[in-house]
Amino acid sequence: MHISTLEYAPGKKIRQHLGLVQGSTVRSKHVGRDLMAGLKNIFGGELKGYTELLHDSREEAMGRMVEQAQAAGANAVLNIRFSTSSVAQGAAELYAYGTAVVLE
Amino acid sequence: MDLIIFLVLLALGYGTGRYAEHRHYKSILEREDALRPIPAVATKLAPWGDPVPETQMVSGNVVVSVDYFKRFVAGLRNIFGGRVTTYETLLDRARREAILRMKEQAKQLGSHIVFNVKVETSSISKGRKNAVGSVEVLAYGTAFINPR
Repeated sequence: MHISTLEYAPGKKIRQHLGLVQGSTVRSKHVGRDLMAGLKNIFGGELKGYTELLHDSREEAMGRMVEQAQAAGANAVLNIRFSTSSVAQGAAELYAYGTAVVLE
Repeated sequence: MDLIIFLVLLALGYGTGRYAEHRHYKSILEREDALRPIPAVATKLAPWGDPVPETQMVSGNVVVSVDYFKRFVAGLRNIFGGRVTTYETLLDRARREAILRMKEQAKQLGSHIVFNVKVETSSISKGRKNAVGSVEVLAYGTAFINPR
């Protein structure tokens, strides 16, 4: 699967557009991490636990998007964008979307 | 008693926060120098020649939290209005760090340039007394890799 934030693939022609594909996941942090984050809120600095958590969640959202693209018969997802929104206190939604295409 | 705890937290936040920020900026500047050969550009239409490069999506993210002292200062600023420098440095650090992590990933792939870079910022501790608290920055783009 070819994955790119560009609107085209260098040197390859797009044979067919299959429309928007998307994947999302809603995650909340567990208590242990929240406790550490609380401490960090005093000292400042990077919250490594959250960085990892959000990274993993985003991978999952992207995985779901890729699954959808594969189901549609695409071999590439172009023009990928990410978006994050907090739906409730302590929970965030990570959303990935792009255009599924068939490349030559 | 409450006042003592408050003052201790303030002092702790000021000390450790300042130290952490100083160290972080130093590391950012060093790594920015080291990664200068790999530019990250916002151009959508990337030119390519012969041979056609391979592309690979790269991304970097970071969550940074503000310290107790800075939050207090920002709270004061809310009364008078104006620039909240304490949050400005927080966001600046987070963005630069995210871009650096993206570039590091590109470097590992043997890329020489990253196109169509997007930077996204979100506050993850929303709802807790409207405090910014911590922000997450995600930087992502497409790395061009010349075939060997």
